[in-house]
Amino acid sequence: MAVVSANSTVMNNVEAVRATLYEALKADDRTVIIGEDVGARGNVFLITKDFVKEFGEHRIIDTPIAEASIVGIAIGMAMEGLRPIAEIQFADFIYPSFNQIVGEAAKTRYRSNGEYTCPMVIRTPYGGGVRGALSHSVSIEALFYHVPGLKIVAPSFPADVKGLLNTAIDDPDPVLFLEHKKTYRLIKGEVPNGHYTIPLGKANVVKEGTQLTVVSYGLYVHWALEAARQLEEEGLSVEVIDLRSIRPMDKTTILGSLEKTHKLLIIHEDNKFGGIGAEISAMVAEEALFALDAPIRRLCGPDVPAMGYAMPLEEEFMSSPAEMAEAMREMVKF
Amino acid sequence: MASTDVSTPTLQRHGLSDEQLRAIFRNMLLQRQLDNRGFQLNRQGKVPFALGSEGHEALQAGAAMAFNRGRDILAPYYRDLGLCLGIGLSPYEILLSIFARAADHNGGRQFPNHYSSKAAGLMSFSSILAAHLPHAVGAAYAIKYRGEKGRAVLATCGDGTTSEGEWHESMNFVSVHKLPFVMLVENNEWAISTPLDKQMAEPQIWKRAAGYGMPGRRFNGFDPIETYAAVKEAMDRARDGGGPTLVEGTCYRYLAHSTDDNDMTYRTREAVTERRKQDPVPAFEAVLLEHGIVSSADVNEMRQSVLRETNEATDTAEAQPYPEPSDLYTHVYEGAWQPWQS
Repeated sequence: MAVVSANSTVMNNVEAVRATLYEALKADDRTVIIGEDVGARGNVFLITKDFVKEFGEHRIIDTPIAEASIVGIAIGMAMEGLRPIAEIQFADFIYPSFNQIVGEAAKTRYRSNGEYTCPMVIRTPYGGGVRGALSHSVSIEALFYHVPGLKIVAPSFPADVKGLLNTAIDDPDPVLFLEHKKTYRLIKGEVPNGHYTIPLGKANVVKEGTQLTVVSYGLYVHWALEAARQLEEEGLSVEVIDLRSIRPMDKTTILGSLEKTHKLLIIHEDNKFGGIGAEISAMVAEEALFALDAPIRRLCGPDVPAMGYAMPLEEEFMSSPAEMAEAMREMVKF
Repeated sequence: MASTDVSTPTLQRHGLSDEQLRAIFRNMLLQRQLDNRGFQLNRQGKVPFALGSEGHEALQAGAAMAFNRGRDILAPYYRDLGLCLGIGLSPYEILLSIFARAADHNGGRQFPNHYSSKAAGLMSFSSILAAHLPHAVGAAYAIKYRGEKGRAVLATCGDGTTSEGEWHESMNFVSVHKLPFVMLVENNEWAISTPLDKQMAEPQIWKRAAGYGMPGRRFNGFDPIETYAAVKEAMDRARDGGGPTLVEGTCYRYLAHSTDDNDMTYRTREAVTERRKQDPVPAFEAVLLEHGIVSSADVNEMRQSVLRETNEATDTAEAQPYPEPSDLYTHVYEGAWQPWQS
């Protein structure tokens, strides 16, 4: 971390998560971290390195390898007044805890008519491009964004990681906090010093443009920006929206952008069928069909179970900045 | 019944006073009355569904007596009417759940028997078996984390739930962390239609305690005093920082799984009738009469007061309004979040 001014520090996404968790632990004795290898190992990405030395084993809880109960125990802690931050080591390992998240955490407030609540965060690294193969690469957001009672956040930039993670930790309801692995050390940025929050459900226009709206989140925001800047040199003007928050999602920013550009390209790494892009497309079709000058297009992962380990299989699954640029060109010229 | 015995054996009461023994018995009578009421209301077409706990009366009334109100936490499952009554829920609250009225703790959202009451220390739970156990573990962790002395979590389940992965995960974690936790298994021999021998090769569930490195004990769940003693010992150990215990009470499910089940498709009436001979309600009545803790007149008065209380609760609860259609939309989140924010 480099201090560039009195007001901000340059960090990567790992450092931003780590700094935010550290401050949360300092600020509130009710906060505990529970997950696999979060203690002595300091998390497999070193996000919680040395936390256990400062905060103790009772607050940085190394669990047995048992994802359902990592989430389930955190739910019980939250129901009884603690503020747990559960970690699923890789998003691919979240499936054993599916019922605890969907059947229990998301319904605790609802089924008890508000008597019991579940203020907790579930953090998990997701996404590909890191040679993670079938079980260390998946995107899971579409499996969960269907579920009322959950909130889902997927930031792309270190400053958003901090502001949104602070919001998630303060939130009175369960929040699934998705961290794209490939961005962990690749993406650096200025992060304001001190405590701040960013509201959920607010997208960010990360590049303004007039001829096409691109909506994305996670790693692909950065690749879409790279592609959009290349098109800028070709004289084509593309607006890029970083959703940041997947449930709730920001309707106003998307529709406002379409009023200007009249064309929509949705880019995500998760596969296309039933993905986030499907919901955005449906919303735009319902609310802004006549603002469109071209069919909506989705550039997404293919409908295969996961990306393979071998380099060609991973590359074939992922959309490259060049592919994104080509899709943008076609859309602008439509 | 006249007896030719010259001496009545001394009752092993494990510190329970006459008043507590009568309270246990009254709880058992109330359970049976409320159980029957749920089934009656279903057969009258007034409620779509009811669940019964018949056969669990002694186990639950005895275990509830080992629960410290205002301190302990109960994480029950859906066949725990007597435990919930025993820790302080009223027949009126039970009937509100059966009728799914707005004043129910769950606002009429959950099935009957899925009670919750934060005031009573009764954790909200779903119908998904064993999913509540990690929550109970988390609650026990919170108690230990805050250094709260003299509190423990009593978690319960049936034999069926012990096959779930989260049962194992919970038992393992509480033992690793020596949490103030008691796992009470109510072994009624049936997981809806599946008998014990198709659920597990070793039917003595308490023996698994050794594998988790915690004390384990089996007791006769038809005997409320033996139940009380076993659960009290385990809860006291948990409250004193001695860690978790697995206790298994044997009992029997006299009724079908629910009003929607026909148990004659998988067991015989003769088999159930045979087990009825051990019915814990008349058996405990006989013990109390034998030892002069109640008189026949007392028992009659108790039965009448339980019926009266159940009738009054039924009438009062039935007269309460349903939730409004607009209540469907409340308590999804704190505040009015919509999936699309504008």
